[in-house]
Amino acid sequence: MSTIQIIFLFSTTLMYSTPLIFTALGGVMSEKSGVINIGLEGMMTFGAFAASWAAITYSNPWLGFIVGGVAGMLLALLHAIASIKFKANQVVSGMAINFLGLGLAIFFCRIFFEGASMTPPLDLETKIPQIFGQYATVYVAFFLTALIWFIFNKSSLGLRLISSGEHPKGAVAAGIKVNRYKYFGVLSSGFLAGLGGASLSIAIVSNFRPTLISGQGFIALAAMIFGKWNPIGTLFACLFFGFSQALVVFIGGFETQIISSQLLATLPYILTLIILVSFMKKTTAPSALGQ
Amino acid sequence: MKKFIISMLSIVLGLIVGGVILKLSGISPLEAYQVMWEGAFSQPNYISYIIIRSTPLILTGLSVAFAFRTGLFNIGAEGQFIIGAMTAAYFGFVLNLNPWIQIPLVMLMATLAAAFYGGLSGFLKARFGVHEVLSTIMLNWIALYLSNHVIFIEGFRRPSMETTEFINPSTSITILEDWKISDMGLEWLSRHEFWQSFMRPPVNAGIFIALLAVVIVWIILNKTTFGFKLKAVGFSPLASEYAGINTRIKMTQSMMISGALAGLAGATHVMGVSKNIAVLAAHEGYGFDGIAVALIGSNHPVGVLFSGFFLGALKYSGQKIQSSLEAPSEVIGIMIGAIIFFIAIPSIFNFVLKSWRKNP
Repeated sequence: MSTIQIIFLFSTTLMYSTPLIFTALGGVMSEKSGVINIGLEGMMTFGAFAASWAAITYSNPWLGFIVGGVAGMLLALLHAIASIKFKANQVVSGMAINFLGLGLAIFFCRIFFEGASMTPPLDLETKIPQIFGQYATVYVAFFLTALIWFIFNKSSLGLRLISSGEHPKGAVAAGIKVNRYKYFGVLSSGFLAGLGGASLSIAIVSNFRPTLISGQGFIALAAMIFGKWNPIGTLFACLFFGFSQALVVFIGGFETQIISSQLLATLPYILTLIILVSFMKKTTAPSALGQ
Repeated sequence: MKKFIISMLSIVLGLIVGGVILKLSGISPLEAYQVMWEGAFSQPNYISYIIIRSTPLILTGLSVAFAFRTGLFNIGAEGQFIIGAMTAAYFGFVLNLNPWIQIPLVMLMATLAAAFYGGLSGFLKARFGVHEVLSTIMLNWIALYLSNHVIFIEGFRRPSMETTEFINPSTSITILEDWKISDMGLEWLSRHEFWQSFMRPPVNAGIFIALLAVVIVWIILNKTTFGFKLKAVGFSPLASEYAGINTRIKMTQSMMISGALAGLAGATHVMGVSKNIAVLAAHEGYGFDGIAVALIGSNHPVGVLFSGFFLGALKYSGQKIQSSLEAPSEVIGIMIGAIIFFIAIPSIFNFVLKSWRKNP
């Protein structure tokens, strides 16, 4: 393999992994605090739309990026109130968020962009800039991974958040305001998922469209479980998934087609299944998840 | 009964949320709901469209509900639907037997293929501890690309099109398909205005299959020891293991039945409505809507039947506000999300019910 090919594989891997890293980290934040979040997909979708809307309206990519995060957080607030205050069935509530996120995103898209279900393409100035050939969001994703690792391993905030998810009664007895940490976990999860959506709509692809996310929130969820609810493990799970997608693009680029492009596209999913089968003997989910 | 009331209250609240969203966007909610109501029930052919639209939703809803009742979350109805549709389209094209043999045979093959596909997730959970949510998500995508690959098989693919050849007429379950366009049929229909309108859409036998499936699922869950064991495993795997139930086999069986139901949805769709399959860029949402149907129907077969019709009507009539009011039809998605959200928090209704009892 030539150097150019290796660089291509490497940078494509990073590109495809980034939205997953943001979103999967979001999953870690929520589930570590004891709240199941299968609404990541909806939060991502709504974040992706809000980000491209703000970036276009204010011609400012970073404002768009933050607005994307806030949009995801708004949906997360609904999930948090339902799960924490009203003791909802968290899986059902998360599923509701998925329907809401997609519905709201396309609904407002049609309202703001004259009935179109996708936003107009962003011009170069309103897209996230590139640094060393990678979108700046790639570096943000790695920075946030390190930050979240630090929070969980080196700060009392992380310790309290984990205790709220592992043993809420014990945490209460130790004087920790469990619900406050749960809200923090779920809201930051929505913010991160929104950033994940934004990193797609205003960096990798330069507009929002209804099929933009199509399942990446669920893949991020898979990466979180595969990464054993650990920020670093999750990072590697996302990189693995990004790599297998890059491999699809790479092999698809060969002149002689060894395998049909459609069958090749199943590769990331088949690889993930194989890895899950080989390594998922023991689960390490937070003990009080979903309660 | 309590679940029924919660579902109904949630639907009312969901419609209110939809109205508020429309109002905030400068669209009159009353006008929109009037358009939807008329767009759903004012003509006989609207009703038949709703029935056609509801058929796959009822079946995927049953699929998801059955899995839920046995403690499994089947996000994979989407992929199982695709496998069913693909198998039906293929054998419906390759085989050409007497319709009385052809139709049950093709349907059986589609159902078996999807049962195997669903069962795979159950097996992976039972044998390797892979959560069914993860495996079904992966299998959804694998099904989508597999189906796209099969479409491009030479001879099956329609030359230079991104679709397959149509299934043989012997596979069709569309009711009176030939008669409708025959001289006699046209003449009879021109004298019967209601039926002329009602029969215009591709009315098909799928709805009877869906009704039959509702009855069968109800019987399995409520009247058989097999169903009792499946539910016991869902309720408490450890207790059932202690009681001598092989939980691993039961999990696989449960996912097989769930997959079969979703596959049947795909088969009826191909055999009754689309008659072929096309390349997909993204999932069509039959399986995901099935999750909504199951939740609104509180995972009860009869509840699923009604919520399937409800969602079918909502989705069909929702298109009408797009064309006549230029109101985004996605408000339907928001409403469905809101309804499910309220179903997730039954405690708010307890709160309301209690305060009613205090101050009548």
